[in-house]
Amino acid sequence: MHDVAKHDDSKGQYFWVWGALLVLTAIEVVLGYKQVFSPVRMLEVLLLLSVIKSALIIGYFMHMKFETALMRWVITLSVVACFVIMYFFFFPDAGRITTMGVK
Amino acid sequence: MADATLEHDVHHSLPVGHGAPGDYEAPLFGAYSKKIGMWLFLASDSLTFGALLFAFSYNRIYTNPWPTPFHAESIANATVMTACLLSSSLTMVLAVFAAQRKDRAWTRNWLLGTMVFGTAFIVLHGMEWSKLIDEGLNLPGFITLLGVSKSTATGELADISKNVPQFSQAFFGLTAMHMLHVTIGVIYLGIVAFRKWFLPALGVIWIAAAFLIPSNNVFHYPVHALGIGLLIAGVILWLKPKDYDAHDVEVCGLYWHFVDLVWMFIFPLVYLMSTKVS
Repeated sequence: MHDVAKHDDSKGQYFWVWGALLVLTAIEVVLGYKQVFSPVRMLEVLLLLSVIKSALIIGYFMHMKFETALMRWVITLSVVACFVIMYFFFFPDAGRITTMGVK
Repeated sequence: MADATLEHDVHHSLPVGHGAPGDYEAPLFGAYSKKIGMWLFLASDSLTFGALLFAFSYNRIYTNPWPTPFHAESIANATVMTACLLSSSLTMVLAVFAAQRKDRAWTRNWLLGTMVFGTAFIVLHGMEWSKLIDEGLNLPGFITLLGVSKSTATGELADISKNVPQFSQAFFGLTAMHMLHVTIGVIYLGIVAFRKWFLPALGVIWIAAAFLIPSNNVFHYPVHALGIGLLIAGVILWLKPKDYDAHDVEVCGLYWHFVDLVWMFIFPLVYLMSTKVS
């Protein structure tokens, strides 16, 4: 059985993760405010940074990294599969509206 | 107690129906049941927020041009809010470690620190909402429902409300849902940290907020969510008035980190992608 206390000796890594999250946030703010990319490229970059940040939060703060491989895969794949399905439903239709109008 | 039994038998129990009386089926994924329950709840809740974020993106893609009303002041405020949530996640981790060490005083202190950061987030967000509504950003039905007199403000935000109402819908819908989750999280942490002693504190905060928030403010009625929280917290503590252990602290930590995680997508998508460069 996984026990969080086993990782108590490496508490410093959580401060590093916290620092990395703050730095990534600062990068996002600078990129967003300076608008160095086109909107679509900006969206891609910001989403990539958000996925990295969420992986750090899930992996370290929520301790998913220390759970069993079965638990990691079942929960991650099921949620990601639902998002992929949503993606294929929502975005083509939104794109259709921009080219064809609401019908 | 049941969890302790499950832990002990996790690798040795027989399938259901074949074990000795009192045996339980091995818990799913080798984790204790409360943790699995919270993970499954978070998986379902992530789909709620996922649907809202997809709806936001849908609106954004087909609306051309999309409003960009957030100036430096709003971005700075949202950045501080983000830092508050990230810092609260760190204090939450430290609370879990303290609980594992059975250090009650520091568990309570770190949980209180997490609650302070969460409350700071809610207050900053509330101030941001009030400012935007005063400047003309509104959602007619929503604002009427909350008893706020219709803004007579003119300008950029009033024009956005009139011409691109889907911006207000998406902004208020997403951020209100998240703010509700943060509020529930602060109450949850308060129950785990202080148990029955949290109830009078929550009651005082609720009554003070109800009297102090003016009737024309958007939060005049929503603040009664604290009263509902007080009622639910009272029922929970009446049903289970135990001293919450390290597992309970870890499980409430999972919820809290999830609230932080969701904001990591709302902040760039809602704020940074709608930034006005002056």
